[in-house]
Amino acid sequence: MYAQMVKSTGQGVKDPSEMTDQERAFQERIDRGDRIEPKDWMPEHYRKTLIRQIGQHAHSEIVGQLPEGNWITRAPTLERKAILLAKVQDEAGHGLYLYCAAETLGVSRDQLTEDLLSGKMKYSSIFNYPTLNWADMGAVGWLVDGAAIMNQVPLQRTSYGPYARAMVRICKEESFHQRQGYDIMMKMAKGTPAQKNMAQDALNRTWFPALMMFGPSDAESVHSAQSMAWKIKMNSNDELRQKFVNETVPQAEFLGLTVPDPDCKWNEEKGGYDFSEPDWSEFFDVIKGNGPCNTERLAARNKAWDDGKWVRDGLMAHAEKKEARRVAAE
Amino acid sequence: MGIDTPTSDGNTASRNEWPLWEIFIRGQHGLNHRHVGSLHAPDAEMAIKNARDVYTRRNEGVSIWAVEAQHIAASSPSDKGPLFEPAQSKVYRHPTFYDIPDEAGHM
Repeated sequence: MYAQMVKSTGQGVKDPSEMTDQERAFQERIDRGDRIEPKDWMPEHYRKTLIRQIGQHAHSEIVGQLPEGNWITRAPTLERKAILLAKVQDEAGHGLYLYCAAETLGVSRDQLTEDLLSGKMKYSSIFNYPTLNWADMGAVGWLVDGAAIMNQVPLQRTSYGPYARAMVRICKEESFHQRQGYDIMMKMAKGTPAQKNMAQDALNRTWFPALMMFGPSDAESVHSAQSMAWKIKMNSNDELRQKFVNETVPQAEFLGLTVPDPDCKWNEEKGGYDFSEPDWSEFFDVIKGNGPCNTERLAARNKAWDDGKWVRDGLMAHAEKKEARRVAAE
Repeated sequence: MGIDTPTSDGNTASRNEWPLWEIFIRGQHGLNHRHVGSLHAPDAEMAIKNARDVYTRRNEGVSIWAVEAQHIAASSPSDKGPLFEPAQSKVYRHPTFYDIPDEAGHM
């Protein structure tokens, strides 16, 4: 998902008998459905896991602006351009809501930024794929934002208050993103044969990377078990992936497009689609930094940070000067 | 540090980071300003400008307050019990405490 393979304690979930009184009281609050707030006591691992997860989520929103920003100047109409601009601006906003939520856990914004820029913290694998043509704007909105929504809707009920509240805001805005993507796909799929081919090609290239967003099966993962006990992860990766496929295949059929998986078939018995697993070796390779655009994405973020330094410094110097004048006048 | 920043924090102390501001927005319908989130800005003027872009992209508000987070005093979560306990035993402060016969009419 936007946060993939987040590590927690790595030791599995503690039995209540092994917990300290404080830990047991904390777990009971979570089990009751209480929200944990920033100044409440929390286990150190809960705090650290959340910083990793929310930070990775925030970074994904920020880096996620790049593949779409790539097409703002080349959108086919003024209306499409305005829409894409609004969408990319929303992504910046989502990143900011999430950074603020992470900061309540005691990490600074600069630290998070530096950890992204140095490659120490990750962002979603999906944004290391290129957007080759306009149809990709349709496929990204429809599939990538669609996959994100699958994960984000349940996170509105996550145990950490500031994270849950950020998710509420994000989910309100995210639905526009998916629908504008599907709208692009509809237009192209019902356009000329060449346009329909472009839409099919975009679906072919985006399908498996979108399925990878949910991360590999975590049925056996001790990290996921702990995160689920803490309610900072609400569903297993396989559950969400299945839900996504179930919703998306009929949408593709409506467009007259074909999901690029010959084994994708409705399974009456399980009440869902059977489908092929993505190539997980490709996923791990992208996570490691060897995807088609990893270098480009990080270079773009580093350049933006470096080029913006004089603005950050200048505004701060101006604010300090104004404050000094105000104090002197008093 | 912000109202929501834990006191046990060990690893922050940022170098030249813009201060944190808490943002309050009043919606269209005459309700109170409501806390919507926070953001970083060098001064109050920029905080309001940034708040417009971050928190009112969809017409959410007609007025913005920005307060530097360090100026907000907050109650401590460990006081939650004792601080709010006095209100818990005063059911007579609620209208439903009183049984008014239907014959008395709407009240």
